[in-house]
Amino acid sequence: MAASEHTIAPSGPPAGARTGTGRARTLLGRDRRFGYLIVAPLIIVLLVITAYPLGYNIWNSFHHVDYLLPPLGAWAGVSNYKTLFTDNQFVPALVHTLGFTVVSVTVETVIGLGLALALNKKFRGRGIVRAAIFIPWAVPTVVSAELWRTMFDPQQGFVNYLLTELHLPLATTTWLDSTWTAWGAILIADAWRNTPFIAIVLLAGLQVIPSDIYEAARIDGASAWQQFRRLTLPLLKPALMVALIFRTLQSFMIFDVVYIMTGGGPGTSTNVLAYLNYKAFFALFDYGYGGAVSVALVVVALIIASAYRWIFRTDEATA
Amino acid sequence: MTTASEAVLRQPRRRTAKKTLSPWQVARRTGFFALLAIFVIVSLFPFYWIVITSLKTPQEINAGTTSLLPGHVTFSNYIDDFTQNDFLRPLLNSVLVCGCTMIITVVIAALAGYALSRTAIRAKGLFFAFILVANFFPVIAMVGPLFTVYRRIGLLDSYPGLIIADLIYTLPLATYLMSSYFSQIPRSLEEAALVDGSTRLRTLRKIIIPVAMPGVFTTAILAFMLTWNDFLLALSFMTSPSRYTATVAIVTLGQSPYQTFYNLIDAAVVIISLPIALLVLFAQRRIVSGLTAGSFR
Repeated sequence: MAASEHTIAPSGPPAGARTGTGRARTLLGRDRRFGYLIVAPLIIVLLVITAYPLGYNIWNSFHHVDYLLPPLGAWAGVSNYKTLFTDNQFVPALVHTLGFTVVSVTVETVIGLGLALALNKKFRGRGIVRAAIFIPWAVPTVVSAELWRTMFDPQQGFVNYLLTELHLPLATTTWLDSTWTAWGAILIADAWRNTPFIAIVLLAGLQVIPSDIYEAARIDGASAWQQFRRLTLPLLKPALMVALIFRTLQSFMIFDVVYIMTGGGPGTSTNVLAYLNYKAFFALFDYGYGGAVSVALVVVALIIASAYRWIFRTDEATA
Repeated sequence: MTTASEAVLRQPRRRTAKKTLSPWQVARRTGFFALLAIFVIVSLFPFYWIVITSLKTPQEINAGTTSLLPGHVTFSNYIDDFTQNDFLRPLLNSVLVCGCTMIITVVIAALAGYALSRTAIRAKGLFFAFILVANFFPVIAMVGPLFTVYRRIGLLDSYPGLIIADLIYTLPLATYLMSSYFSQIPRSLEEAALVDGSTRLRTLRKIIIPVAMPGVFTTAILAFMLTWNDFLLALSFMTSPSRYTATVAIVTLGQSPYQTFYNLIDAAVVIISLPIALLVLFAQRRIVSGLTAGSFR
């Protein structure tokens, strides 16, 4: 994704534009006008659903837009932003979200890489195994959340049933009722659904690596670990970047699983930014504060995306 | 070693004929297949659990889990979901919203993809950069402002309002996909049509799109799946239960102040997972290729 500008389809000027004659130039102009005309709907829709809300959020964030405390629209300066750092909601949610993002992306990438390496080997029934592992990604996040809520339920769940049958400790845990076990359950629900995505992207990256370079490495006496370290990993970097940037930003926006499994609880111990932002709009009805949270979310998302881009860039320059 | 692992081992050995396996290789291969088996079980077992829970009677739910196998298999939860809880309505809402989003996505993405791959517009890099940024735009940051505006202009609790917002999930990926499919079509094809006096739009519709039809299908399937996954936007913009989509309706289902009726919830979970599971089984290759092609651009 990050390399998009560099991989645009070869698209020189259209047929008539090769010469500098007047007729060719009008043809080129017409072609260009036509191009702008048909790309316009996309740009308009995307501006309406991203740039406009962002601008609106920025405006709200500098005004009093608390529907429970009218009048609305008075200039508020940076008071909404100040609230972010003083209300004991935003900062913990930010820490939770960033912590969860780091842990979930790391876990999912390590397992996803292992899965991709396994699925890249030839064996009988590989297609079926691939489909089986792929299905969790295809179902909605709501399904993964409800499914793991059932699995972790003390009465209906499988987890406690299994622990009881195996006479293991913790068999009576109510997983979603204390902080760390709730995070564990959220992590499992998230990883179960999203690890396949990483595996699929990395598998696609593995499949374009030519096999003869491994042949050459073997002849040179490289061990399996050396082959992985010196050949597979560097060549997999573009795919790894794609998987990481997609998953990191999705993970940072986690909402569905938290809403369904814990509601941010117990207390506010699993509160995350997207959930806090949703609450600001639909429980506090404070669109000024909510706007400030939204703006902060966009800023952090941009920082994450640019950080990945920067890492990618320096890699390219030193390669 | 067990006979099962020997049966697995015989296969590769026959292919490589002369090679005999050292104990180390046997162990490694057994470990490899054991690991794969664990992955498959972890992926699929929760679905089994959901299915058997959805087949339990309320009495069994109250009794708690006692067995890995279903006891009295009953379909009453499915019937209850459709009769008492009117789950059909949200299901149809979802189909309607996803269907419309899919069609609008394909049309807009096809036009834009063609412009970005085949016309001489300037600043293509800028367009792609904007699409990239839009792709990573936090969806929750749309919710507050759009809610305010929708309420003002009457789009709140309406299908068009949700469909417009849902386009954030589909348009960036779909545009990348369409432009990459179009750029693979030989230029000579459309030049011939243009020389014959066909207009650009007509050429796109009659020549380019039919050739790129597999790509259009892939884009449509992915757009449908991405919209089917939506929860946040429908939760925010659909205020009356008769407008809920399936994912939102599931959350309100089977909840009582005293107990969570997992049998009812899980029946609905099975219902909304089924079409997606079938889609994956029949179009896995297409979905995967679209997903990866769209991601790498």
